[in-house]
Amino acid sequence: MKNQTDTPDYEKLIEDITGQNSSMCYQCGKCSAGCPVREFMPSPPNRVVRYFQLGMYKKALTSPSIWLCAGCMTCSSRCPKNFKLSAFMDALREIAYKEGIQSGDKKSVAFHQTFLNQIKKFGRAFEFGFIRDYKLKSGQFFQDLDVAPSMFMKGKIGLLPHKVKNKEKIQKIFNDIK
Amino acid sequence: MNYGYYPGCSLSGTAKEFDSSVREVLSKFNIKFDEINNWSCCGATSAHATSHLLSIALPAHNLFLAHQQGFEQVFAPCAACFNRLVTSKHEIDTNKNVRSKVENLLEEKYSSAPEILNIVQLFHNIGLKEITAQKQVDLSGLKTACYYGCLLVRPDDVAGKEDVEAPMMMEDVVSAAGAKTVKWNFKTECCGASHSIAHMDIVEKLSKKIIDDAGKNGADLIIVACPMCHSNLDMRQLNIKKDYPGHKTIPVLYLTQLIGLALGIDEKKLGLNLHFIDPMPLLNSKLKQEAAV
Repeated sequence: MKNQTDTPDYEKLIEDITGQNSSMCYQCGKCSAGCPVREFMPSPPNRVVRYFQLGMYKKALTSPSIWLCAGCMTCSSRCPKNFKLSAFMDALREIAYKEGIQSGDKKSVAFHQTFLNQIKKFGRAFEFGFIRDYKLKSGQFFQDLDVAPSMFMKGKIGLLPHKVKNKEKIQKIFNDIK
Repeated sequence: MNYGYYPGCSLSGTAKEFDSSVREVLSKFNIKFDEINNWSCCGATSAHATSHLLSIALPAHNLFLAHQQGFEQVFAPCAACFNRLVTSKHEIDTNKNVRSKVENLLEEKYSSAPEILNIVQLFHNIGLKEITAQKQVDLSGLKTACYYGCLLVRPDDVAGKEDVEAPMMMEDVVSAAGAKTVKWNFKTECCGASHSIAHMDIVEKLSKKIIDDAGKNGADLIIVACPMCHSNLDMRQLNIKKDYPGHKTIPVLYLTQLIGLALGIDEKKLGLNLHFIDPMPLLNSKLKQEAAV
């Protein structure tokens, strides 16, 4: 019995984004069997779908599993019901991201926020600014300090952003979607 | 008609050797291309992980630009860019609701978008016989594992007509260039992709499995067509070496670098000096000049 009447209609939201309903999934578990990041997930992918089917939306939306999904689409390509699980995972992330629902995986969220800010600002990803801002946001100050100097030496990380002429158009896309 | 070239952000930074090898190699064939003027980022993983509409609109902006600039075919060497562009085109072509939202966002009507090709498909268009005909250097001493990762072949109804579990189109190109290919199990397993920054431990573990399987099956070189796959398999091998004592390193080349070697292009022009696992000791010991006729 689904009793979360005060919560948004998550099923409709998911259907609007993905064009599919989670009831399609009959829980065979093939997705989890082939998932490359299953061993790092607290809940395997099919269980995240199960939470959703049972109306336990918050349980699905707060699971770090949704952020650990690498988006490889192995599950979608193997599903006997042709349920696009990677699109479902994307949709859960979208809802959690927009509603500010925390999952405990702050690093992934910081990564995406920082990356999108770069695109919004410059129209293209600016790797130096991205790494700097990501470190500030995530607190992972010491990661990759060993490879950073050789990245510079190899000329692989520029200190200035690339310029795109029509970046106002990109900014408009971001602003209108919000 | 010239091809449109969509380099994407990585090819102008961390994967600049992919860009230079693409340009060097294509200059040897009878194919003309122009960079799409004013291209912008496709949004990559972060867009599709946070907003479906954004993940369609950002690539669509580039599809619209390419169409306005008269391109009928566009190639995107980065597998992630290819995947986002081709997915966006598919969604706009098949979903009226999304199409009208994108038209509103971009303030333009959609008529059609160019065909989107990845780099492997582009070489098939150029022709396998043509690649073989241009060979200058014998690569037959190299045993390669062709690594597709995720985004060259999936989703199967959008990215192409390849077998998603056992694609062979890259092997066909590598064989045409004269190198040997090995049979192995991990050619479409995920390397962890963009988790490289936020969850490096996951990427290390997944990449190690891929590298080890290539080695176990006799490969002395891994061939990729994706900047994310490359940095995870090449740069992250430094961490793997530290964390897994006894790890046997394998150099990782872009497909275009391998073809460039076959065509006799200078190794610096191909950016072979920019990798973290130095391929030169292997290449120097295995490559022979093809006997002049």
